[in-house]
Amino acid sequence: MKPSPPDHSTGDESPGVPGFRTWRGVYLFVFGFFVLVVVLLAIFSRVFA
Amino acid sequence: MNPTDWVVLLGTMLGIAAYGTWRTRHTDNLNTYLKGNHNTGWVTIGLSVMATQASTITYLSLPGQAYENGIAFIQNYFGLPLALIIVCAAFLPIYRKLGVYTAYEYLGQRFDAKTRLLGAALFLLQRGLQAGITIYAPAIILSTVLGWRLDLTIIFTGLLVIVYTVTGGSAAVNLTQRWQMAVIFGGMLTAFLVLLSKLPGDALPIAGAMGKLQAVDFTPDFKRRYTFLSGLLGGLFLSLSYFGTDQSQVQRYIGGAALREGRLGLMFNALFKIPMQFCIVMLGALLFVFYQFQPNTPVFFNRTEWQRHAQGPQAATFRAIEEKHATLHADKLDKIRVWVAARGRGESTAEIAARKVMLEAQKASEAVRQQARDALRSADPKAKVKDSDYVFITFILTQLPHGVIGLLIAVMFASALSSKAGELNALGTTSTIDLWRHFRPLAAHDEARNVRNAKCFTALWGFFAIGFALFVSFAENLIEALNIVASIFYPALLGVFVVAFFLKRVGGSAVFWAAVAAQALVLGLFFVGKAYPTHEIGYLWLNPIGCAACVIFSLLLQAVIGTKGPRPNTEGVQ
Repeated sequence: MKPSPPDHSTGDESPGVPGFRTWRGVYLFVFGFFVLVVVLLAIFSRVFA
Repeated sequence: MNPTDWVVLLGTMLGIAAYGTWRTRHTDNLNTYLKGNHNTGWVTIGLSVMATQASTITYLSLPGQAYENGIAFIQNYFGLPLALIIVCAAFLPIYRKLGVYTAYEYLGQRFDAKTRLLGAALFLLQRGLQAGITIYAPAIILSTVLGWRLDLTIIFTGLLVIVYTVTGGSAAVNLTQRWQMAVIFGGMLTAFLVLLSKLPGDALPIAGAMGKLQAVDFTPDFKRRYTFLSGLLGGLFLSLSYFGTDQSQVQRYIGGAALREGRLGLMFNALFKIPMQFCIVMLGALLFVFYQFQPNTPVFFNRTEWQRHAQGPQAATFRAIEEKHATLHADKLDKIRVWVAARGRGESTAEIAARKVMLEAQKASEAVRQQARDALRSADPKAKVKDSDYVFITFILTQLPHGVIGLLIAVMFASALSSKAGELNALGTTSTIDLWRHFRPLAAHDEARNVRNAKCFTALWGFFAIGFALFVSFAENLIEALNIVASIFYPALLGVFVVAFFLKRVGGSAVFWAAVAAQALVLGLFFVGKAYPTHEIGYLWLNPIGCAACVIFSLLLQAVIGTKGPRPNTEGVQ
């Protein structure tokens, strides 16, 4: 029995997500969204503290 | 629960089980049993990853944690999106390229057999202990619904989970989780809406004034458990370990049809995890407000445990505590109303004074709850005195409409089953691939025997989890207990993977002994903190400390022994 064949894709292919041509773009979007969420949470804490 | 709830509950449970069994009726090879179906798309992977970690413990324990300590726990997840980006960019392509079954196989290829065994052993140890904690989740539900003793429900649900896992495997878990998540979101949304409809208009300001809405704390205090820094750094390393080196997670995303599917599944989690957890902790904070306005709020939410002792020889003590709590609770409600009125009139001086009085009333009420725990401990030293995990389930059973109660209980129970199934499945996989097949290499070619062994190991870990849950008690609530166990055993393991990926010069012997030393350091820090609480650091900090120690020790050891040892195997490493 052998494990499934190795995947030799380079990882540089297009993510196939509308609006994003590279994975770096996807990562930047996720990071930006994370920063936005933290800022909103900080504002929320300040308003209700 | 009435007959409608029971019909909905049983119908939902049977439907989920039947669907999973039917779709995976021909799961007879190891590849499918262990990795799941290779046609799995990113939506299924994303939901599966989310469901494996957002188990019923999250839905039961997180609202209770926020009820007790506010929503600061959300900071625990601040490192998660960053960790997932790193896993997608660095870890996932390597696992995919090598076509491995388990993350620890990679360690064997990169270093040597002993490092692979160490990685697998650390994973098995911490996941095995965690399995003993997570089994509480479905048991708490059944114990509350049926009024059974907790130890009996642990045995019953433990056996149920073993059967569910052994007969299904990874693909069944994946398939049913997709539907469970949909029903869970629906059920949680219903609970949230029902809660909102029962809250007073000033719910958010009340929760804020009583200290429950401090989501972000920028204080640079290493002793506080949840701050912005501990969440960002400690949470980053904890999540990196969890998503990058824990087989129960790696197994979810290496099964995708392509690298893209695994990456998108993880990015889905990176985007939605914090908002989802925020909704759940807010549910807890609002539950706190809700129970301030309920005249019959229990002094101890685990009613089965309370009633068991309240009818014993110390009945008078328990009754006196209940009466005292009822009086103080009513008094606190009056103080809250005074504060709300002062706030409504816009009188800031009166508002500040009223808030101070309200917080003192809250302290008095908390002191009685502590008395209740002490009384329980005095009646039975082995009694479970942490009741925050019972807050949300109590709300569900007493406040939601019939039918919805059955639905929510069903999905929480199903989620608990599938989460435990994923966990046991990963333990069975790692035991088979990294331990059994390592010691019995000739048997590796016997497909049917491999599957039989994987199922046997899965069942064995299930029995271990039941035993651990029955004989060990802990003082934390469930979600914190899980994170503490992870923070003790993950850091050294993560350090080994970081060395494997990024420090090509370091060989197997150096990293092996470095990991052993880093693990000893983390255990030392943890137990010294427990022995001398004034020196205890927040547990999240153990993650970066242990990982950094492993990396630094590896470099030092390699510098000492590197020239004498065999050449490190860097084949297949990017």
